[in-house]
Amino acid sequence: MAFDSFGAFLAMEGHGPYVWASYGVFFVLMAVLMVGSYRRRNAVLKSCRQHAGSRSSRAPKPDSDTAAAASFTRVDVSQD
Amino acid sequence: MWQFFHKLGSPKWFYGIATRLMPWLLVFGLLCLGAGLVWGLAFAPKDYLQGNSYRIIFIHVPSAFLAQSVYIMMASAAVVTLVWRMKLADVFVKAVAPVGLVLTFISLFTGAVWGKPTWGTWWIWDARLTSMLILLFLYGGLIALDRAINDEKSAARAVAILVLVGVVNIPIIKYSVDWWNTLHQPATFKLTEKPSMPAEMWVPLLLSVIGLYLVFGWLACLRMQTEILIREQRTRWVQELFHVNGGAR
Repeated sequence: MAFDSFGAFLAMEGHGPYVWASYGVFFVLMAVLMVGSYRRRNAVLKSCRQHAGSRSSRAPKPDSDTAAAASFTRVDVSQD
Repeated sequence: MWQFFHKLGSPKWFYGIATRLMPWLLVFGLLCLGAGLVWGLAFAPKDYLQGNSYRIIFIHVPSAFLAQSVYIMMASAAVVTLVWRMKLADVFVKAVAPVGLVLTFISLFTGAVWGKPTWGTWWIWDARLTSMLILLFLYGGLIALDRAINDEKSAARAVAILVLVGVVNIPIIKYSVDWWNTLHQPATFKLTEKPSMPAEMWVPLLLSVIGLYLVFGWLACLRMQTEILIREQRTRWVQELFHVNGGAR
């Protein structure tokens, strides 16, 4: 440990405000970015799931999958 | 070779790989970053010249390093977008640009806060600082350009071209400390030389750089998955994703 006490650790010999402001901004921004990205992915997943659910309930026939594939037109060369 | 290349470009394939990779990236990233930062903040010896303010280095250098690295990765992806029209490359550029923006902002902010006790000023218009500010504007410009164009393909091309134009800034950032007189200290890590600081300082720094890299990897996978889902939600493999997992019924 480079400091004698917890108080000394916080004060950093007068440089405390600079050090802690930097770390604070780093942690807050990274946390916002990470949590925000995670929530957004889950929200998109949820809407895709609902989309998939409503599609299959509208066409409950067993051959609905092949029908959907036939009606789906691709302009590009497939990369799937 | 070409088959592998095609597979690599497949959003479906990437989506699966990313799902498997992400827990590892996050766990090891947070472990490395946590270890590096705790070590750097509490256990590393203080600098004989700068005192304790130098402890900002443990977040300043990793975020500045990543900010430039992310740009170089985006430029490589932009070449792939323009030459091979690979969907995944454009997805990558779009997904990581905001991450690059945040990292550049963090490095500028921590640099300014570090500059006050060390140089006596928050900001000077010197080469390193100015070129990093330009990087921030480049990231912002890329995001704005992408949002301004509705058509997905035109947006991908325009953004890729702007990314490549902006690449000229990267060597300027890197060599600015050698080419011009500057307050900024020279590079901390060089491939050809031993670090100029003792191991108790550079080991935690290296740990936090590696940790932030891994966390970036997690963020990139996560944000690319989001972008892929938005673009491909009408395709069969996305629909099947929920049927196989039993999500929909």
